[in-house]
Amino acid sequence: MSTAAIATSELTKDYAVGFWRKRRYRALDALSLDVQTGEVFGFLGPNGAGKTTALKLLMRLVLPTSGGAEILGRPLGDLDVKRRLGYLPENPYFYDYLTAEELLAYFARLFGYTASDSGERAKRLLDEVGIGAERRLQLRKFSKGMLQRVGIAQALINEPELVILDEPMSGLDPLGRRDVRALILRLRDRGCTVFFSSHVLSDAETLCSRVAILAKGRLVTTGRLTDMLAFRARGWELVVAGASDALIGSFAARARRTVRIGEGRYSLELPLDPPPEQLLGALTAGGAHLVSLNPIRETLEDFFFEQVTAPSVAAARRGLDA
Amino acid sequence: MKATAAIAVNVFRESVRDKVLYNLVAFAILLIGASYLIGQLTAGQDVKIIKDLGLGATSMFGLFIAVFIGIGLVSKEVERRSIYSLLAKPIHRYQLVVGKYGGLVLTLAVNLAVMAAALYLVLAYMAWGVSPEAERAWDAPALDPGLLVAVGLIFVELMLVTAVALFFSTFSTPILSAALTFGVYVVGHFTADLRRFQDVVDSAAAARFARALYWVLPNLAQFDVKSDVVHGQHVPIGYVGVATAYGLVYIALLLVASAFIFSRRDFK
Repeated sequence: MSTAAIATSELTKDYAVGFWRKRRYRALDALSLDVQTGEVFGFLGPNGAGKTTALKLLMRLVLPTSGGAEILGRPLGDLDVKRRLGYLPENPYFYDYLTAEELLAYFARLFGYTASDSGERAKRLLDEVGIGAERRLQLRKFSKGMLQRVGIAQALINEPELVILDEPMSGLDPLGRRDVRALILRLRDRGCTVFFSSHVLSDAETLCSRVAILAKGRLVTTGRLTDMLAFRARGWELVVAGASDALIGSFAARARRTVRIGEGRYSLELPLDPPPEQLLGALTAGGAHLVSLNPIRETLEDFFFEQVTAPSVAAARRGLDA
Repeated sequence: MKATAAIAVNVFRESVRDKVLYNLVAFAILLIGASYLIGQLTAGQDVKIIKDLGLGATSMFGLFIAVFIGIGLVSKEVERRSIYSLLAKPIHRYQLVVGKYGGLVLTLAVNLAVMAAALYLVLAYMAWGVSPEAERAWDAPALDPGLLVAVGLIFVELMLVTAVALFFSTFSTPILSAALTFGVYVVGHFTADLRRFQDVVDSAAAARFARALYWVLPNLAQFDVKSDVVHGQHVPIGYVGVATAYGLVYIALLLVASAFIFSRRDFK
């Protein structure tokens, strides 16, 4: 395998379900994926897609049914790799009898840091994730969002080369999400590889260089966001002023949506065809003038829905459910 | 090693913060109250009764800690999902098992040390000002160092029970683990009867089953020298050494089995 930060090959996980008559449930089906060093990689998919299972396989919290994976060029579970790795589980829970500072210092001790170094790391990281003032509060008094911040801090206690974050924005308010986004970009700037799962597509859109989309345990697609979304304009948003009702009426028949913004000002959502040059000609001839003309691009959300509802995925879903 | 010690210290800290050591207060109240009452009711037997009560309570309190905390050492981590963050750190799974076990053994050691000290304090108080004639009627002196032998073997027994609880908790539910551990504790005190089972049953299969249980289950009766110590009988050092070695070997086997099962578990 390559020296990618993460490389999986046909990674598969089956669970036995049922009480008396056990049957097989495939949570992850032959996942082959490469995450390159230094990139921010988004692992996307709806609930139940197998994202958490894949991440747990990488952390060796569950053992693969078949296939394999390497992290930082070493096999899963290798202690040297764990020393260079940070992990945030989904909806993390920590020992509620400890303070945030004690928890981080405890985890730092597991990496072999001295007591004083552990304490300093704990304090610095809690400041970095914005809960330095609460570091001596017992975790049982923390809100879900604060616990999420503690979870992110503990994932960074060893200054990892690679961080694996399972739904890092979960439970965070808008300010918290902004802080975590900024933190992820800072990690990337330091040269850290970030692999995170999410079903919040706007986060992936603003952070990731590449994404993979998973549905029902299968990898649907993977690639650069720019390749997935570029040149996929699906229409035009036209804003005009000084247009007569008759002129707007002639456009409205072709428009997907027409909104009156104010006196003589309209916003129209038009299909790709006819091309914008023709539209502009017709407009100026009718006495209106152009305020703005923008392509309506496909968002990651559109792309995501298109991928996870594709007939092949639906067929796979039926096959697995059967 | 450092990581294992850090896990053990954290278990001890959890016990302290979850007020497990509050049982010492109950123990002290029981001893002081009993010594006062017995002092009022009996003549000449009070020291012996307090020794009996003290050692019995030490064993029982320790047993409840060993079982009820022992079954949660691993299962609570899994149930609350704190295991995910923990196993992501550079530790082997067996280190988690050993560290957790070590932490509870440390808790038991502190508990037993404080209980033994409290027992000696109460006995010293009872022996204070007693005439030499009354003292001669006792089977053993009030502050008999032999009590420490009994406490030491109680400690080995509790270490073994903790290992049993931990072993069951690596593959079954907490309730079932508790039931099985108590079962092993009870049967473990009657293994000699299992050995002689063939003398009282006709069924060869039942006798074989009883004999198999005799070989598999720990013989806990050998750790119980409370009665000998209370009656001033000497417990040979060789006996203590063999019983301790037996306990430690059994514990090691249970920890290896627990680590083996734990290392193959999926944490869904």
